[in-house]
Amino acid sequence: MTEEIIIAGFGGQGVLSMGKILAYSGIMEDKEVSWMPSYGPEMRGGTANVAVIISDERINSPVLHNFDTAIILNQQSMDKFEESVNPGGVLLYDPNGIIHHPTRKDINIYTIEGANEASKLKSSKTFNMIVLGAFLKIKPIVKMENVLKGLKKSLPERHHHLIPMNEEAIKVGFEKIKEVQTV
Amino acid sequence: MSENILTPEEIIKTGELVFKKTKLMTDAELSYCPGCGHGVAHRITMEVIEELGLEEQTIGIAPVGCSVLAYEFMNVDMQEAAHGRAPALATGIKRVYPNKTVFTYQGDGDLAAIGTAETIHACNRGENITIIFINNGIYGMTGGQMAPTTLPGMNSSTSPYGRDVHTMGYPLKITELVAMLPGTSYVTRQAVHKPGLVRKAKKAIKKAFELQMENKGTSFVEIVSNCNSGWKMTPVESNEWLDKNMLDYYPLGDLKG
Amino acid sequence: MEEVKLMKGNEAVAEAAIRAGVDAYFGYPITPQSEVIEYLMAEEPHKRTGMVVLQAESELAAINMVYGAAACGKKAMTSSSSPGFSLKQEGISYIAGAELPCVIVDVVRGGPGLGTIQPSQADYFQVVKGGGHGDYNLIVLAPATVQEMADFIELAFELAFKYRNPAVILSDGVIGQMMEKVVFSPQKERLTDEEVDKLYNSWATTGKKNGRERNIITSLELVPERQEAHNHHLQAKYKKITENEIRFETFNCEDADYLLVAYGSSARICQKTVQLAREKGIKVGLLRPITLWPYPSEAINKLADQVKGILAVEMSAGQMVEDVRLAVNGKVKVEHYGRFGGMVHSPNEVLDALETKIIGG
Ligand SMILES: Cc1ncc(C[n+]2csc(CCOP(=O)(O)OP(=O)(O)O)c2C)c(N)n1
Ligand code: SF4
Repeated sequence: MTEEIIIAGFGGQGVLSMGKILAYSGIMEDKEVSWMPSYGPEMRGGTANVAVIISDERINSPVLHNFDTAIILNQQSMDKFEESVNPGGVLLYDPNGIIHHPTRKDINIYTIEGANEASKLKSSKTFNMIVLGAFLKIKPIVKMENVLKGLKKSLPERHHHLIPMNEEAIKVGFEKIKEVQTV
Repeated sequence: MSENILTPEEIIKTGELVFKKTKLMTDAELSYCPGCGHGVAHRITMEVIEELGLEEQTIGIAPVGCSVLAYEFMNVDMQEAAHGRAPALATGIKRVYPNKTVFTYQGDGDLAAIGTAETIHACNRGENITIIFINNGIYGMTGGQMAPTTLPGMNSSTSPYGRDVHTMGYPLKITELVAMLPGTSYVTRQAVHKPGLVRKAKKAIKKAFELQMENKGTSFVEIVSNCNSGWKMTPVESNEWLDKNMLDYYPLGDLKG
Repeated sequence: MEEVKLMKGNEAVAEAAIRAGVDAYFGYPITPQSEVIEYLMAEEPHKRTGMVVLQAESELAAINMVYGAAACGKKAMTSSSSPGFSLKQEGISYIAGAELPCVIVDVVRGGPGLGTIQPSQADYFQVVKGGGHGDYNLIVLAPATVQEMADFIELAFELAFKYRNPAVILSDGVIGQMMEKVVFSPQKERLTDEEVDKLYNSWATTGKKNGRERNIITSLELVPERQEAHNHHLQAKYKKITENEIRFETFNCEDADYLLVAYGSSARICQKTVQLAREKGIKVGLLRPITLWPYPSEAINKLADQVKGILAVEMSAGQMVEDVRLAVNGKVKVEHYGRFGGMVHSPNEVLDALETKIIGG
C-alpha cells in the first residue's frame, strides 16, 4: 500500500498539522511516512500545502506532482491541484468559498462542510480534524486508534485535554462526508 | 451609527481632499502583514521625497528583511543590497553622484547585526546619505528570530525562554552609537504607531533629507516599530506592547542635531 | 531500541549534533535552515551536554567563531543556506589552510543573489569545487533522507578529525524542511578538556602546558617554498581521502541500459523515476554519490562500459554533470536535466528528459 496525498488550503487552516497527524498515525502502524510542506513567507496569510506519503515500502521521492488524493480547502488550491489527482483518484474538498467546483470526470469527488461543521462544534480549531475524519472514511489507510495515538504524539502535553474534542470532530467528518461522483 | 457613513457620492461631492496617496508609492499591494509599521514608514519617506521635489534624483536602497521588496513599492530608482550591505552600496552611489539623493531603508537585523560594520563606517565617514532604520526588535522576515535589538527577557524563536543578556548580549543601541560619531549630522529616534508620532517622524525624515542636500554628513532616523507577526500579537496588542515596553529602552527624540 | 521520531531534516541535524557530543554551534538565521538554531535554542543543550549555542551577528562571524573553537580541538559546527554559505567562504578557505576539523551544513536554496528560499542544488560548484581562494578541498557529504541528515553529523565530524579537514553536509530545502522517521544514536559524552589536551596535543591551542612546545594555528607562510611544501602536504592528504573515503549507492544498476546520476533529494526523485521507467520496460539504474568530494568517478566510469547513455539529474543548470563527464571521459553520451531557481523536478519530468535527451536523442 502506498498513498500519496496533497493537503492544500490557507495558512492557519491547520493544513500542515493535519498532515503531521496523518504522518504520525502512519508511524504508529509501523509504516513509512514523509511530510513535505510548502514553506516560507507565502504561508503568511497565503496558501499552504503539504504532501504526505504513507507506505508499506521505503518512500523514494518525497516530491510529487501527482497524487492519489487531494484534500482541497480553498479556491487557489483547487485551481492548482485539481489537475494533479491521478485518474481514478480522490478529490475531497470543502465547498465553502469555492466558486469553481471541480469539473473532472475521471476522479472520485467528495465534499465535506468542514467550516460549517466546525462552527456547529463551536471551535474553528476542529476544522482540520473534521476534514481528516472525512478523508479516513473514504481511505481508511490508518486505524482510528492509531490516529488518536498520532494526535497525542503531535500535540504538546498542555493541549492533551483537547483530544476528546478532536476525536468528536473526526467522527463528525466521518458522518458528514458527501459523495459527489464516483468513477 | 449608519447615518454617519458617507456614500461615495457624498464623499466626492464634498470636494475636500482629506488624503491622497503620494505618487511615489506604487499601486503594488504591500507585502507586509496587516498592522505592520513598515507600510507607514514607507509612505512618509516617499511623501517627503515628493514634497522636497527629489523624485528624479533619488536612489533608494532596499535591505534584506521584510522590506526586501521595498523596490516594488517605492516609486523611485531603487537598488537591492545583500544582507547588511546597503550603506556600502549607498556610499558607492553617493561617491560617484555626489549631487543625487541617496537613502537606505533597513531593519534592525540588517543594520545592527550583519551590517554593523557597514553602518558604523558609513556614518563614521560622514557619507552624505540618509539612513532610515526600522527597529522592530526582531527578525520579521525569517520568522521571528532574535535581533540585536530584542529587549531583555523578550521571547523570539531563537530566544524561546526570553533574551538572556548574559549569554545573548544586551539590546544594541546602535542609534546612540552612531550619534557619537563626528560624521553624523542628525540622529533621531521616532515611532509611527500613533497619528501624532507619524507627523513627528515625517518631520524628522524631512529634516534628514534636507541635511543630506546641504552636504552635512550622514542623517540617521530610527523608527521604533512593531512586528505583530513576529511578536505573535494582534496589530493592536503589538502597538500597545511597543508603547509600554520598547520606548523605555529606546526613548524617542533627537539624539543629535 | 531508540524511539522513532518524526522530524524535519533541519531539526534532525540539531538533535544529532547534541547527541554526537558537539561542543559548539554558531549560526545566523536564514531560510530554509533556521530550524537548526531554533531547535538548539529551544532544547537548551547547555543543560543536556554543556554544548554551547550562539546566534552570531552574521555568517562571517559565525564561521570565524568556528575557526576559534576548532583551533582549540573542540567539535565546532555551523549551518547556513546558500547566501550565508557564500559569506562563509573566506573563513572556510582559512580553516582549510589551517587544517582545522569542523562541520558546516548547507541547506541549499535557489540563487544567484538573494534568489529564492525554495530548494535548489546550485551550490555544488561553490561547495564541492571550493568557492574560497587557494587549492583546497572540503569533504562533502550529501544526505538524501532525514535519517542521513542525522547520521552524517557524526560521520562528518569523524572524517573531519581523522583528516583535520573541514567537512560539509550539502543538503537542500527539500531534505531540510521535510519530515520523516528518524532514529538517533544514543547520547555520546562530550570530550573533557583533559581528553582534548591529550588527543590533540600536537596541534590544538589549549595553552602551552606540561612542557610542550607552543602550538600555532595559521594559514600564513610567507616563504613561497614553504607554502608550496604546505600545499604538497595538503594535496597528499587529499589524495589519501580520495583513496579511502569515496561513498556511493547504486539502485537497479545490474541490468541497466541507461543510468541516472543524482545526489540528495534529486536521488530520491530519481528512485521513483527508475520505478516508473521499469514499469514501462525501460531498464534504468541510478548511481547516487554520497560523497561529492571525493567523487565516485571510478564507479561511474565502470558503469559507462555497460550503459548506452547517462543523465545527470540535479536542481541546477548543470554543475555536477561536469564531474560525470570527466568520469565518463567520452565513453557514452552524458546529458544534464534539472529544474532550477527553486523549482523541483518531478519523477515524471525526469523520465521525460531521459526519453528525449538520452534514449531518443
Ligand atoms: C547572508 C544572509 N544571511 C541571512 C539571510 C536571511 N535573512 C533574511 S532577512 C533576515 C533578518 C531580517 O530582519 P530585520 O533586518 O530586523 O528586518 P525585518 O524583517 O524585521 O523587517 C535574515 C537573517 C540572508 N538573506 N542573507
Ligand atoms: S513579519 Fe513583522 S516586520 Fe514583517 S511584515 Fe509582518 S509584521 Fe511587518
